[in-house]
Amino acid sequence: MRDNKNKWLLLTSAAALALGATATASANTLQTTIDRGAVQCGVSDGLPGFSAPDDQGDWQGLDVDVCRAVAAAVFGDAEAVRYISLNAVERFTALQSGEVDVLSRNTTWTTTRDTTLGLNFAGVNFYDGIGFMINRDLGVSSATDLDGAAVCVQSGTTTELNVADYFRANGMTFDPIVFDTSEQTVGGYEAGRCDVLTSDTSQLAALRIQLSDPDQSVILPEVISKEPLGPVVRQGDDQWFNIVKWSLFAMLNAEEMGITQDNVDEMRNSDDPDIARLLGQDGNYGEGMGLDANWAYNIISQVGNYGESYDRNVGMDSPLQIERGINALWTEGGIQYAPPIR
Amino acid sequence: MSVRPKAHTLGPKPPFWRDRAKRALIFQVLLIAAVAAFLLYIIGNTQANLAARGITTGFGFLERTAGFGIGQSLIEYSSQSTYGRTFVVGLLNTLLVSALGVVAATIIGFTVGIARLSPNWLIARLASGYIEIFRNIPLLLQIFFWYFAVLRTMPSARDSYSLGEVIFLNVRGLYLPEPLFESGFGLIPLTFGVAIVASIALVVWNKRRHEATGKRLPAGWISLALIFGLPLLVLVATGVPVTWDVPELRGFNFRGGITIIPEFLALWLALSIYTASFIAEIVRSGIQAISHGQTEAAQALSLPQKLVLRLVIVPQALRVIIPPLTSQYLNLIKNSSLATAIGYPDLVSVFAGTTLNQTGQAIEVISMTMAVYLIISLLVSMFMNWFNARVALVER
Repeated sequence: MRDNKNKWLLLTSAAALALGATATASANTLQTTIDRGAVQCGVSDGLPGFSAPDDQGDWQGLDVDVCRAVAAAVFGDAEAVRYISLNAVERFTALQSGEVDVLSRNTTWTTTRDTTLGLNFAGVNFYDGIGFMINRDLGVSSATDLDGAAVCVQSGTTTELNVADYFRANGMTFDPIVFDTSEQTVGGYEAGRCDVLTSDTSQLAALRIQLSDPDQSVILPEVISKEPLGPVVRQGDDQWFNIVKWSLFAMLNAEEMGITQDNVDEMRNSDDPDIARLLGQDGNYGEGMGLDANWAYNIISQVGNYGESYDRNVGMDSPLQIERGINALWTEGGIQYAPPIR
Repeated sequence: MSVRPKAHTLGPKPPFWRDRAKRALIFQVLLIAAVAAFLLYIIGNTQANLAARGITTGFGFLERTAGFGIGQSLIEYSSQSTYGRTFVVGLLNTLLVSALGVVAATIIGFTVGIARLSPNWLIARLASGYIEIFRNIPLLLQIFFWYFAVLRTMPSARDSYSLGEVIFLNVRGLYLPEPLFESGFGLIPLTFGVAIVASIALVVWNKRRHEATGKRLPAGWISLALIFGLPLLVLVATGVPVTWDVPELRGFNFRGGITIIPEFLALWLALSIYTASFIAEIVRSGIQAISHGQTEAAQALSLPQKLVLRLVIVPQALRVIIPPLTSQYLNLIKNSSLATAIGYPDLVSVFAGTTLNQTGQAIEVISMTMAVYLIISLLVSMFMNWFNARVALVER
């Protein structure tokens, strides 16, 4: 059923590219979004911690918070988002054809994607890398022992490429078993169709807790690639590009300045000039993006800062329990760094 | 016969819009011009749109390195091969499952269709039960059934089912021994070819002799013996120059031999069984379309039952059977694209899936994929029409 839906979406997107008037190419995404009353946000087909519906049917996750931040900046209402679930194959076509305004779907920033698809990556909200998960009983402790293994991987991801590179570089062979959705990939791994499940390590952590017996599986220590994940927008609309980029930066800056969802109202009265600029108390730094002065205040009061979003969705307050690691702020030994608001 | 006087022999020529033939021509030219203009507009507009959005276009991507692995390939393929090659790999996998599906569906379909007409109550009921069950369950569900409910429940590699320790079945697929041909094996295909040529000659000679003298040899049986017996004889005479590469459990998986992946098995089984139920109905209706009077007339000429079928019933039934059979073959080929649901690496899954995503060239990839299905279908159609024309009743 969902495959038919996917094919249909892909075809209509292609048709939109063929038939659509040229004018939409340079369309003002901000204006379109305001007219519609909601940000259309492309999310995953269900990846806990990043984008997945909770038991109420509301989308939750680190990637979802980027969508909510953009909506908060534009509308002052983080709930003004329409989520569109996309699998790995259809995500770029959906963005190119205008089906979604922003794609926030654990998407790796690569040269090809940035330069040939007519897209722009607006930043990195999670630094990831590819790892392997394997059944404990096989007694494998290092990825270099995986010669000849059958590897389950999701179609259309950079994982597919990086795994092939890794095995070749180490003179090993493998059988790729390729599935359409992450759900099918996990199913294949659980049924024993493959020995190894491979994906971004954050995803492995998320998928592992969904297994019927999580303790039976171990994640191998090797991380074999760089996978900077971030939101993506269409090329050619710099205003919208800036809005998405600075929504993310606002969350990072807020964490650095110690502004949280709880104390943001007190912080508005702060004497610190950095904080005053971010929260719109000193000049309007949203003006250049077509937003009002409260854009960052709205993001922080409704979504929270980056650290809060991280802890809530993937960090220690979540079932995934992923350490901050390199995703900590630069001031705390990580590499998350946002340019200043000024 | 009286000659009718020509109308309008006098007066001016009628204007061209009153002339039916000219009017038709004008409309056709206008229509073609409109279609061509529409296509030109679409192509131009697409290119303009893509350029305006900074999306790379063209077929240059086919020569770039693909960089991903494919689970099953009939030709040499590695992650260092090009995107163009992924297209060929996917296409061949589609053709493989389609061709084997057509063969299996035809065999099962004809058997079940004939069984349904059997005077034996049990056989006839079993056949109609088969048809009603498999015709009425959606194909995608059947694929899921074979894949998830049957093949997914097979044991792991270490506890495989085995047949005499040479054939193994587990959750990773079916492992068969692979024949490795040694030098001297070349003789066998050679004798096979010779036997086929000899059989054809025999059949032709037998037919001429039959027409001239009325005498006849059982040419069919002799040919069969020639085609299979002769190579077998040579095989034994040369001391069987074949060794078998038996699959063996090493490390994670079985190595050696031939591996048939479960995705292929599930897709092939589902496609064959589903399409066979339609073919069975087509065969039954084809046979029943021949009036019983034909059988009686043939029997009145004291033809034996075998010849009644071969000379009277089957040739007439075939012309009813073949046109709808063609549609079923086309359906099967197109349905093979459901492969993507279970991850069989067919054209849609490999090329319109992974390649599309890695390159982002949606329009090029989708048009190539659509063109492939169109061309395969048209070729099958052409072949079946040619075959239909051969068996069609020639009215005298």
